[in-house]
Amino acid sequence: MTQKLVVIGAGMASGRMLEHLFDADPDAYDVTLFNAEPRGNYNRLMLSPVLSGDKTYDEIVTHDADWYAANGVTCRFGERVVEIDRARKVVVGEQGEVPYDKLVLGTGSNPFMIPLPGHDLEGVIPYRDLEDTQAMMGLGDTPGARAVVIGGGLLGLEAAAGMAARGIDVAVVHIMGHLMERQLDEAAGYLLRKSLADKGITVMCQANSKEIVGENGRVKALRLDDGTELPCDLLVMAVGIRPNIKLAETAGLATGKGIHVDDRMITSDADVLALGECVEHRGAIFGLVAPLYDQAKVLASTLLGEEAAFVNKEVSTKLKVTGCDLFSAGDFAEGEGREDIVFRDPARGVYKRLVLQDNRIVGAVMYGDTADGAWFYNHIKEGTDVADMRDTLIFGPAFQGGGTADPLAAVAALPDDAEICGCNGVCKGTIVEAIEGGAVDLGAVRATTKASNSCGTCTGLVEQVLAVTLGDDFAMPAAQPVCGCTDLTHEDVRRLIKSQELKSQPAVWQELGWKTPNGCHVCRPAVNFYLLADWPLDYMDDPQSRFVNERNHANIQKDGTYSVMPRMWGGMTDAAELRAIADAADKYGAAVKVTGGQRIDLLGVQKEDLPDIWRDLNAAGMVSGHAYSKGLRTVKTCVGKDWCRFGTQDSTGLGIRLEKLLWGSWTPHKVKLGVSGCPRNCAEATCKDVGVVCVDSGYQVSVAGAAGMEVKETEPLVNVTTEDEVVEWVTAFIQLYREQAKYLDRPYKWVAKVGLDWVQETLGDRAERAALVERFEISQSVYRTDPWAAEVAKSERYAPLANLMLEAAE
Amino acid sequence: MNWIDIGHIDDIPERGARLVKTRAGCVAVFRTGADEVFAASDSCPHKGGPLSEGIVHGRHVTCPLHNWVFSLETGEAQGADEGRIATYPIRVEEGRLLLDAAELAARSAA
Ligand SMILES: Cc1cc2nc3c(=O)[nH]c(=O)nc-3n(C[C@H](O)[C@H](O)[C@H](O)COP(=O)(O)OP(=O)(O)OC[C@H]3O[C@@H](n4cnc5c(N)ncnc54)[C@H](O)[C@@H]3O)c2cc1C
Ligand code: HEM
Ligand code: SF4
Ligand code: SF4
Ligand code: FES
Repeated sequence: MTQKLVVIGAGMASGRMLEHLFDADPDAYDVTLFNAEPRGNYNRLMLSPVLSGDKTYDEIVTHDADWYAANGVTCRFGERVVEIDRARKVVVGEQGEVPYDKLVLGTGSNPFMIPLPGHDLEGVIPYRDLEDTQAMMGLGDTPGARAVVIGGGLLGLEAAAGMAARGIDVAVVHIMGHLMERQLDEAAGYLLRKSLADKGITVMCQANSKEIVGENGRVKALRLDDGTELPCDLLVMAVGIRPNIKLAETAGLATGKGIHVDDRMITSDADVLALGECVEHRGAIFGLVAPLYDQAKVLASTLLGEEAAFVNKEVSTKLKVTGCDLFSAGDFAEGEGREDIVFRDPARGVYKRLVLQDNRIVGAVMYGDTADGAWFYNHIKEGTDVADMRDTLIFGPAFQGGGTADPLAAVAALPDDAEICGCNGVCKGTIVEAIEGGAVDLGAVRATTKASNSCGTCTGLVEQVLAVTLGDDFAMPAAQPVCGCTDLTHEDVRRLIKSQELKSQPAVWQELGWKTPNGCHVCRPAVNFYLLADWPLDYMDDPQSRFVNERNHANIQKDGTYSVMPRMWGGMTDAAELRAIADAADKYGAAVKVTGGQRIDLLGVQKEDLPDIWRDLNAAGMVSGHAYSKGLRTVKTCVGKDWCRFGTQDSTGLGIRLEKLLWGSWTPHKVKLGVSGCPRNCAEATCKDVGVVCVDSGYQVSVAGAAGMEVKETEPLVNVTTEDEVVEWVTAFIQLYREQAKYLDRPYKWVAKVGLDWVQETLGDRAERAALVERFEISQSVYRTDPWAAEVAKSERYAPLANLMLEAAE
Repeated sequence: MNWIDIGHIDDIPERGARLVKTRAGCVAVFRTGADEVFAASDSCPHKGGPLSEGIVHGRHVTCPLHNWVFSLETGEAQGADEGRIATYPIRVEEGRLLLDAAELAARSAA
């Protein structure tokens, strides 16, 4: 006897289920198929190729009218089911009731719409069905059309790439730090972003949408919480999906995040089954099609009274965007006892990472070359023991032996017109020519081309050009790499960051072939400094790449407490400041010390109290003294001509002016200044990084002194007649140091390497000096701020995450 | 096992750590760049440096005082240095951090 089967939703999952059912027993059921969309089953995945114009809708239809007719399916397309009456065993559609013996729910999911102000404006759409796709395609007909996509996950990026392919100007706004954060790690996310930028798509990460702006009821722009406004004619929200469970819920079926089903795909009612994105199976919900196909098979068997059980397997992801080759499978986060194998080929833009646990691959992410994705995915699913092939695993199944990543690849890939020696303007082609003409060592290259003949920071690079050009004939002198994470020297890294315009940490790790996922305590602070010094407006300083003192804006003491030192400009203070300091000392139980840098130190403050003491000092008008930073520390002054009978100029005023100009700037190592009002030099200016000694005729500026474990007198840089000139020369000197020096080289060490002559020559050029000052000012537009005030705003970070002292001990 | 909810993973900065005060002493909860989470003693066996203030790289942390490096998985000091920090079971469920209090209690009683 034929039973009545009603199916709600003609989706990917239910379509596949019907195929299995009719294959096994065409006469078992009399089927009625409801679908809210005014059409039958089509391949939803392929909406993206339809959007980009690679396919037409007709090509993605999976079941046509003939198929439904041949299998005797009663189609109720364009009709929504509004109710299920389980007591009477009928389904209520918009056009009337249908009785059932067995009912299958395949209602899929609903796109989640963030309830931003303006989300109900016309032109704000999700990306789920053909109508949405057509709305985006239609926009391509308008010249100069603009679209914004909220959400940098799989769907959002396919929508963005599809629209870009139709000539639409697209911006993607993503709240997380990198794209597709659920499938990709930072490195792969970086490469993906680069490919999308090449397609003309603007990608904004860590961007928080605030409001959708409309005009006459239609979307006009998206406004971010930092005030940025992105004009658009269409706004696509692709921020996630929620299982569509309303019908099931109202019918009183057991639901959680989705409709609860057992291993046989049966809901809490024995005659009602469910599958697809609307279900929840053992706590899991679904967003990709592979497990849904397994469910379809199981559900068909269950309907035919056969034993079958659904098992949820690992899924893999690919992005269907031409030119963005990525693959992600398994789990590459959370868990102990795991190790990484990382492979990068910067020249080809390739990144691969495998995560191993107990000699088994548990996760794989790759970008740029995904040919081996299926092979790795297979090993993940099978749980293959990979101990024997561990060393060569990352090279994939085709590996024939030998071959590791070439550290010289970056140099080999440089074009001929790439500048190698900045001082003398020598490019790679010229050097290669000289080498081929017989200049086969560094000295000869220097003599013929002048490359590496001046400041010398490009020496490593010239040697690499020699190595690439001469091959085995050139024995590379052992250069000191930054650390075990790379073979490059500090000088190499600095130069490549500038020449390749690397503006983020992932960019450095990838393009320079780092061997670790995110560096170590040696290289990361250095790279963080190089990036912020070279790209002040593009790169955001990363506190997690800083040593504790710079992260907490205070000096950690040997007992784990901190010292707090407000700035006293040029060593000047007043009664109000001293009163506030005294109050703070009382309130937080701090010891008080007058320092060698002409200010007052509050010692022994608890970490949790830091935001409070800063707030108090801020309120009295004081800011951080940066006594903890690789940056400007103090400008020590003497009382000068205002008070001293020997004084020739206003040394205190000049010191204050310099300190107010330079404070907040990050430098390769700490920087201390001194300004004395006459050659008696009471401010001990001539053992500072920069010292100014006032004389009757003007000012003597000297640099590169030291008074630490090593003591060294400064060397004269220039004599000038006005304060303005002092300020210009000092600023230019500091900026040159910021742009050129190796991290943790004090100015005296750096000057010893490049030579005072070169420094004088560079700064002597008026235009160069002005350019340096200008770049310093650009950087200071970001960094001349009080970090204490900023930290007070996120003070919860200074408290413990949790306090379990009161938990009952069992 | 007695899993206690101590907060959300986003309360810890990526490649950073936060402290949890317990009867067994301060426990540092680390979050790596790949969003893995580890719990270990906050106190460096060398001279007691606060490891939660160290730089987190890969699955390692470097002590802020004298640069000893520890594996967050095994607790072992790396390289030439010899020492070990206690590690504690922790897991993440839908973003919530769950620390095993039974294990902590066992350690403090021991
Ligand atoms: C653009 C796009 C690209 C994608 N790309 C991929 C990919 O590359 N790889 C991958 O694995 N997955 C991809 N997915 C996800 C995949 O399409 C879904 O996982 C899959 O379609 C879910 O199948 P389903 O049958 O559960 O639901 P659906 O296919 O959504 O079908 C549910 C149907 O039920 C209907 N319905 C709902 N309620 C009612 C009601 N009350 N009455 C009548 N009918 C109703 C709906 O109209 C809908 O047609 C993509 C999704 C989209 C939107
Ligand atoms: C952990 C290491 C160090 C700590 C905690 C420390 C701390 C301090 C503090 C708090 C001051 C007062 C400075 C001010 O008012 O800003 C100071 C001054 C000074 N420090 Fe250090 N310091 C350290 C390392 C060094 C090193 C390595 C050198 C030398 C290379 C050095 C050389 C000096 C000098 C010369 C002064 C006096 C500055 C002046 O008189 O103008 N210190 N130090
Ligand atoms: S350096 Fe000269 S001007 Fe300054 S206090 Fe000393 S003697 Fe006076
Ligand atoms: S001189 Fe030595 S002991 Fe004194 S503050 Fe400086 S580093 Fe510490
Ligand atoms: S206290 Fe940790 S390394 Fe010294």
